[in-house]
Formats: sequence, structure tokens, C-alpha cells
Amino acid sequence: MTIESKTGESKMGINRRATLALMGAGAMTVAAPWVARAQAKAIKIGMPTILSGRVAQLGTSSRNGVMIEVEKLNAAGGLAGRPIEMVVRDSKGQPQEAARIARELVNTDGCEMIIDGEASSGSFAVQEVARDLGVLCVHTCSEASSLTADPKQRIPNAFRCARQGIHDSIAGGNYAAAIAKAKGLKKWATCSPDYAYGRDTTAEFVTYLKHFAPDVEIISETWPKLFQPDYTEVITRILQAKPQALYSALWGGDLTSFIDQANLYAMFTQMEVFAVNMADYTALTVVKNLPKGIHSGNRYIKTFPATAENAAWGDAYKAKYKEYPTNWSWQNATAIMLLNEAAKKAGSADGKKLAEVLPGLTVKCPFGADGTVTMRAEDHTIVGYAIGWGTTIPTEPYVPEVKAGDWKQIFELEAQWKKSKGYA
Amino acid sequence: MDFDALTGCLVSSACIVTQTTSGLIIGMLLFLVAVGLTLIFGVLKIVNFSHGAFYMFGAYFALSGYQLTGSFIVALLCGSLGAAAIGLIFERFFISRVYGRDVLMQLLVCYAFVLIFDDAVKLIWGPEFKSMGMPAAFQVPPLFIAGGVVPPFYLLLVAVALAVAALLGLGLARTRLGKVIRAAAHNPAMVSALGVNTALIYGAVFALGCALAGLAGALAAPVRSLTPGMGFSVLIESFIVTVIGGMGSILGALIGALLLGLVRSFGSIGFPLFTDGLMYLFMVIVLVARPTGLFGKDLA
Repeated sequence: MTIESKTGESKMGINRRATLALMGAGAMTVAAPWVARAQAKAIKIGMPTILSGRVAQLGTSSRNGVMIEVEKLNAAGGLAGRPIEMVVRDSKGQPQEAARIARELVNTDGCEMIIDGEASSGSFAVQEVARDLGVLCVHTCSEASSLTADPKQRIPNAFRCARQGIHDSIAGGNYAAAIAKAKGLKKWATCSPDYAYGRDTTAEFVTYLKHFAPDVEIISETWPKLFQPDYTEVITRILQAKPQALYSALWGGDLTSFIDQANLYAMFTQMEVFAVNMADYTALTVVKNLPKGIHSGNRYIKTFPATAENAAWGDAYKAKYKEYPTNWSWQNATAIMLLNEAAKKAGSADGKKLAEVLPGLTVKCPFGADGTVTMRAEDHTIVGYAIGWGTTIPTEPYVPEVKAGDWKQIFELEAQWKKSKGYA
Repeated sequence: MDFDALTGCLVSSACIVTQTTSGLIIGMLLFLVAVGLTLIFGVLKIVNFSHGAFYMFGAYFALSGYQLTGSFIVALLCGSLGAAAIGLIFERFFISRVYGRDVLMQLLVCYAFVLIFDDAVKLIWGPEFKSMGMPAAFQVPPLFIAGGVVPPFYLLLVAVALAVAALLGLGLARTRLGKVIRAAAHNPAMVSALGVNTALIYGAVFALGCALAGLAGALAAPVRSLTPGMGFSVLIESFIVTVIGGMGSILGALIGALLLGLVRSFGSIGFPLFTDGLMYLFMVIVLVARPTGLFGKDLA
């Protein structure tokens, strides 16, 4: 699938100023034709992502996030003067297909850089293609910490512009521990999908929950399959264990099914529920009977950070695509913002030059905790993005108050975590 | 393995009530899908690998019906009748061409249509998952019976499935149409020679099987997220049910589904990390003891 991005809006008629501008441009073309040719050459950016199957929303909302920024950028003159042409292809969520597409985008389609909109399993495959071809690659959906934290994985030409599991776990552990201490929640249960993301995220959350609240005890673990249709046995097992609190890393349709089914058992009146992936419009707008008071990490919420820029971006996205952005949308939009800033700094759209200026680059961004995000130089992953937890209500704004995570604390504990893993 | 939890559960009335009803709920939805599968196999000798798609259609038609009218009864009717209508068209134009052909050909046709149906749902309702939400009448606190938790919505679900089982059993055993269907299953050539329109019977049975899958989808719609391809997971478990119960046996499908539901609900207490494995292990044990399934030789 190929998307030809628009370079601007056509206008009827022509005025005096436009005539002068056209004449000027014509004169410039005659005087310096090589400049005009160079500026006209579009830069192709390839994007393997998941556009079909159960997680198609990952791909469609990632593509939308990219396109909304690409269209703005192209209207403003493009990436260092070169209009961007996105080439988006469907990997169907298969890592080997993601790798094949990434290679084809570079070798056959002439893409000069890759925005990797794959889930974690695909991202590791695309990373190897980037390692082999040396092409600039920005991962925009994978939250698996090891993708950038593990020095064996890291390459100079690849970057991650997405949340990182370890950051969410530290912020979530701290938030949950404060509530656990205040409400005396000592007996906890977990219920997360049975694959790498669910297992890793849950283990990391529990580690930091216990770090901040050492007397917490996990009395029950349940691991439903990914895309399991029925959670009845899981729900009744949790109820039998009688925990005071439940942590879940379920997401998307699995999370909404779980909530609908758990509602029937009045589960949410019997324990505090911490669902890291609840506060994303993907889930919030779909659940018809959202219980009040589920604790969640922010994924994408237009009210956090509570700035006019963030709200305006969320509204503009909704106006354009008739749905709210997802967590994947902001991450992909940020990737374009970073590339643009890097191109300005490098004075070029050349991938190698961008890779040289991206490390350490700070960019103004509606999704930053302080209005900026930074591509951390040491491990090529973004930091400083808005991270926080709050409780849900069934109507907009869904999460009225979000308690922001403390980046200083996240950095300290992340450094210790890296040491414990042998990454630093 | 957590034997302490399992024995603890078995001596607690609250746990027994909760887990037994949980098993019934899981089992009854599976029964509705599996009974259509087994009915179609019993009469048409077709292994309908696309049966899960009709469960999906049922859920989506129910969603649309509910959104339009706000009535759950209308939603159930839309789910069942919509799935039946598509099933009838599918049988008349495509499945009827592979009667008597080898299983591989049937598998290819069915699998092709699984993909086509999934894409059709994506085109009509969109690729994102959807949720119907619980009808207001069932947004009530659960019942507490002997300390166990029983959601009222699930009581309706179990009651509907039991009523379907009873109606199907009686209909096939006592009515004239039931006798014709059973006769067509045993010897279609003879039934045809006696002047019965077997094409009509085949179409009706296929549509009925699809309607039952659609009903299961519609009943599940308030509590399960709707996605293109959602039929696949129930199809696998429905096949296990039909294999345990015996291909072609309605009673077998009922017993198989209930047993599977109970294995899953109590298995989740005693073997939380091996619940799926337990399901397959149970199937293996049944097949070793009775290779044709529990009621393999019976037909209705």
C-alpha cells in the first residue's frame, strides 16, 4: 500500500503576490536549475506496520500519526526542503514479513529511511535489517525495554521513539505503592496476557511495586492467552483468591472483554484494579460500561499533559480521522517531529547525517512532560515524554486527574535496572 | 499445579457454586456453536471449518440490531437470522458443490470463505474491535447463591442454550421434519427417491447450524469484544467439543461442552498454568477410551 502525501492545498485563482512569487521561482529555476531539481526530489520513507488482523488499529493509528505530521511538514517545505513521500506496507503482524518488507522498501522502492511501526516482535526483525543495510530506522511502537537498553541490540543508525516498558513499570509501581500503603492493600493478584510483553511488564511492575511497598504479596497469578474470548474462569479464579488489588497488562479488545465480563461479577467493587493500558481512547471509547475508579497509566489522553498544544493536537487528529489518537499515534507523530528537527540541525535529509545529530536531540513536542522530548544519546530512546497514572471515569475526560511520574526517579531506578541486567 | 487450592475449592460451597456456574457458562456457549457444527456434519457430512465465521456474523448482526433498536431480543433475532441467511447462501452456492468430495476440497472452500468473511466484516463494520455493552436489564449486581457468585445475564445464557438443546432434541426425535432429517442423514439417496427435496433439507440444516452459531455470537456479544476473525478461537474449542462428544451427536455436543466447561473452570483453580493443556489432555483420554467420542455412534 502506498500513500502519496499531499504537498499542500490547491487554491483557485491567482493574485498579484502569487504571480510575483511564481515569476521569482521561474527566474531562480533558470538561474540555478540544479537547486530546483534537488529540492523537488521527494524523500521516500518506508513504513512496515500492521494494517490487518486483530491489531490493525496499531497500524492505522500509527499511519495516521505519521501522516498528520508529514502533511504539515510538507506544507511547510518538507524535510530539509524535500517533500516526504510515505510508503506504508502491511506486515500482517508477522516478524519475517516485517523484515522482508523493510528490506524491499529500501532496496526496491528506494526508501531512504524506515519508520518501523511494528509491534515488538517485528521491531527486533526490522532492527536486524537496519543493522545490515545501515539505513536510518526509527522504531515507533515497540515498548520492549531490551530493544534499546541491551547494548547487543543497539546500532548507531536505529532509534526508538516510543514508551519503554521499564519507564511505565517504575512510574506505575510508585503510583500503585502509594495507594497500597494508603489503603492497606497487601494482597495482590495479577492477570496479564501470556506472551513476552504481558510477562515482562507484569514482572517489572511487581518488582517496583514491591520496591516501593515491600509488604505487598502476590497471592494469585493468571495468564490468559492473547486474544482469549472468554475470561470467566480467570475472573472466578481471581475472585476465589480474594485479593485486595489486581494488576493487569491486558490491552485493547482483550481488556474491554475482561472488563465487560468482570463487571458481571461486580469485580470492580471488590478490589482496586490497576490496568496499565486502560487510559487509551482505543479502550476507553469502546467499553460501554466503564467502571469508575480503575487505575491506569496514561497511554494517550488529550488532557495529559494538560496543555493547549496537546488538546489541540488531539482535537485536530479527531477532526481529521473521526476518532481519537492512540498511544501509537503520538509516538509516530513525535518521530516525524524529531526527524524534522534533526534535518534542520543537520541541514540535510540524509539519513546518515540525521543519525549523527539525533542522539541527545531535544524537540518541542505536545506529548512531552515539560513540552519537550529528548532522544537520549546513551541508548537511542526517547525520554521526558508525559508519563503518569490516574483513575478513570466513564465519560470524557475519562481520566480527570493524572499524577505525573517523576522522571528523576525513573532515571535513577532505570540505571540500577540496567546494571542488574548487565546492560550498563 | 495448585492441589491445595483445588481441594480448598472442592470443600467450599461458595467455590463449587461459582466454578460450576462458570463451567456451565463456558460450556453452554460452546455447545451452541458445537451443536451446529455437529448437526451439519451429521446430516451433510461436511466438516464446516468456516463455522466460526457464523458465530462472528451473529455477534456483528446482533451489535447492529442492538444499536438500531436498543432491544436485546431484536439483537438475538438479528444475530441468528442474519447468520442463517448468509449460511443458506453459502450452502446453496458453494458448499453444495463440494458434497461428497474429499475433506481437503471442503477444507479449502471453507478456509477461503473464512478469509472472505473476515474481510467482509472488516469492510462493513471496520477493522477496530467493538463492544456492544451490557443491556440495561442485566446491569444488576450478581446473585449470591450459597456464597457463590452467579451473574443474572449468565443464567439467561444458560437457559437459552438449554432450551435450544431441548427443542433440537425433541424436534429431531418427535417431529416429521426431524424424522426426514435423520433419514436424510442415514440414506440421502433413498430419501430423495421417496420424493423428499433433499437439497431443501440440506439447505435448511446448514442454515439452522449457522443460526445456532449466530445465536451463540449474539448471546456472547455483550461480554466479548467483537473483532474480525473472532470466530477462530471458538471454532477450535467447538471442534474439541464435537470430537469429545462424538461427531454428529447432539447429546454428545451437550455433554462434551459441559464437561469441557467444567474442566476449564475447575482446572483454572488446580492447574492455572495448564488449563488449555488440560482441555486437550481430557480429549486424548476420551478418545483413547472411546475413539468415536462419548456418543459417536448416536445420531440425535
